Amino acid sequence: MNAVARPSAQPAISARGLTRRFGKLLAVDHVDLDIPRAQIYGFLGPNGSGKSTTIRMLCGLLRPTSGECLVLGHPVPAAAELLRHKVGYMTQRFSLWEDLTVAENLDFLARIFGLSRQQRTERIRQRLDEYRLADRVAQRAGTLSGGQKQRLALAAATLHEPELLLLDEPTSAVDPQSRRDFWESLFQLVSRGTTILVSTHYMDEAERCHGLAILDRGKLVAEGPPRRLMDEIDAIVLEIEAGDIRRARHALDGQTFVRSVAQLGTRLHALLEPGLADAEARVTALLKQANVDARIERVRASLEDVFVAATGFNSDRATPGASADADGR
Amino acid sequence: MFARILAIATKEVRQLRRDRLTFGMIVGIPLIQMLLFGYAINFDVRGLSAGVVDEARTSLSRALVADLAATGILRIDGYSSSVDELRRRMRTGEIAIGIYIPADFERRRLDGDRPVAQLLVDGSEPIVESIARGFTAMPLAARPGIYSPRRSVLEVRTEYNPERRTAVQIVPALIGVILSMTMMMFTAVAIVRERERGNLELLITTPASSFELMAGKLIPYVFIGLIQTTLVLALGAALFHVPLNGNLGALYAAASLFIAATLALGLLASTIAQTQMQAFQMSFFLLLPSILLSGFVFPFDGMPPVAQWIAQLLPLTHFIDLVRGIVLRGATLMELRVPAEKLLVFLAVVFLAVTLRFHKRLD
Repeated sequence: MNAVARPSAQPAISARGLTRRFGKLLAVDHVDLDIPRAQIYGFLGPNGSGKSTTIRMLCGLLRPTSGECLVLGHPVPAAAELLRHKVGYMTQRFSLWEDLTVAENLDFLARIFGLSRQQRTERIRQRLDEYRLADRVAQRAGTLSGGQKQRLALAAATLHEPELLLLDEPTSAVDPQSRRDFWESLFQLVSRGTTILVSTHYMDEAERCHGLAILDRGKLVAEGPPRRLMDEIDAIVLEIEAGDIRRARHALDGQTFVRSVAQLGTRLHALLEPGLADAEARVTALLKQANVDARIERVRASLEDVFVAATGFNSDRATPGASADADGR
Repeated sequence: MFARILAIATKEVRQLRRDRLTFGMIVGIPLIQMLLFGYAINFDVRGLSAGVVDEARTSLSRALVADLAATGILRIDGYSSSVDELRRRMRTGEIAIGIYIPADFERRRLDGDRPVAQLLVDGSEPIVESIARGFTAMPLAARPGIYSPRRSVLEVRTEYNPERRTAVQIVPALIGVILSMTMMMFTAVAIVRERERGNLELLITTPASSFELMAGKLIPYVFIGLIQTTLVLALGAALFHVPLNGNLGALYAAASLFIAATLALGLLASTIAQTQMQAFQMSFFLLLPSILLSGFVFPFDGMPPVAQWIAQLLPLTHFIDLVRGIVLRGATLMELRVPAEKLLVFLAVVFLAVTLRFHKRLD
């Protein structure tokens, strides 16, 4: 049951200098990966950071421009066909057949994966129960809700009991409750020994991963367990509560030691240069100068702070979905 | 392997059954084409409108006009005062043929060497021109004093279609044209549709091989093609009394071969096209030369060598050879070995190209 305590000699995925170019665009730039087995490993990054391209290279859909990559001990893309039976892949977009019913979709994929008749009936029944689709068997996949589609896609991707599951932004079109359920299912799979690589742009999802890689413009800019990343952030994090929040912000903007400022309701969240002496005092002085009443507090970094720090403090660039509730319609 | 092909074929059939429009096309296209081609295409042209300029105005000149009208090919549509006016009427499209009887008609008649009258023919329409030329050879009813019946050197005996009905010539070949139209469209969109809907990315990460995927997509449509073949044959027999002189089994064998070849060609288009629109355009691009060069309308032997080479590359050419041979001339497949083998080679080459071109990758 204990997933983390089952380290295998061989990592599920190991990549060295994985690179992919599309013409002039460098989509993935010398990425090194070592993903242990029976863990959930996350790719966090904004759109266009190379998450999908990396996942597609790992399952043999795209050939790397350069670099080497072993998936479950087999070289990719050379052994891609062999890995089809061991790897499950869930595409970003719903890719089952919308004009087939739930049962027909699962039956088709079970046949394609070469399951025997008995295995087919057993597995399909099992998956339908597990992913709460039993009452939808005769419904066309196209008429399912976002969450149901997601569960169906996961059921389909796990029909052949893959050792490694690659999930490309699986929850991007799903409501928060369905996302929570979905992650519960992932942890169940991991407890049975499956390795899961999941890409996301949700901070709360990234925080749930055992290990995390932050990608930015094709480069791997930070890597490690989320907790460690937050503890070892390369910045000072301050939270500022002020009466006139706009003026406070204005006072901080343009200061060289202030790397990034973001507003959270009535507070400001500021990342300052690491190792800055008397950070609180300097900010207090600045605000006083601007005639703003403020309370300043040094806080623990959130994963979003890690993300902002890792991607180079580019406050003008779109950061991924700030947090779960910011997104929860 | 067969289990996977069967799984893919089953999936295709299920999807097809739910796609009402495509399903309608399977029956609708043969039906409509059959009625259109069968009734509208008619090389035994009748009732071409003709204008007359009679400068002679004798009883004999009037008799000549009456004789021409009596053939049924012409329908006299008014008299004009001059050739210029005839030309003008032709330019407006009012008449297709002008009959000009000159003032010296009686003298020409007596001379016997010179033609007595002139036909002005609208050369912009291909069939009209050749019909009108037929008049010069047409034995008009003997009328002493005007012209004597000439003796033909040769006598024509039309085998396999003694009544010289166009429908008999058209309908069997129409099977090929209809199959070309529908089959190519079905498969041309087969892969592109899955790519557009996002299914392809999933499909190529399964263990199904390119060959299995392509074969699974092709096989269901072979049966649909055979249904269409049956439909056209039955309609041809019921509406136009087109006979089936050869062996039905041989016909189905030839049709299966042709259907598979056309489907493979559609799949090839599908592996090249990025969108369904492009796939459609590509299949259309191939359809027109198929109809024009295959011998469906114009005799193959009459085409210049380059056109004949191109035609050799079109599966429809060989199928029309086969289908006319089997349905009308009652030939056996052994006797039609040559076109059958060419189709087989075509199918093998194209299917190989499809399997090689279809990569299980996105780049």
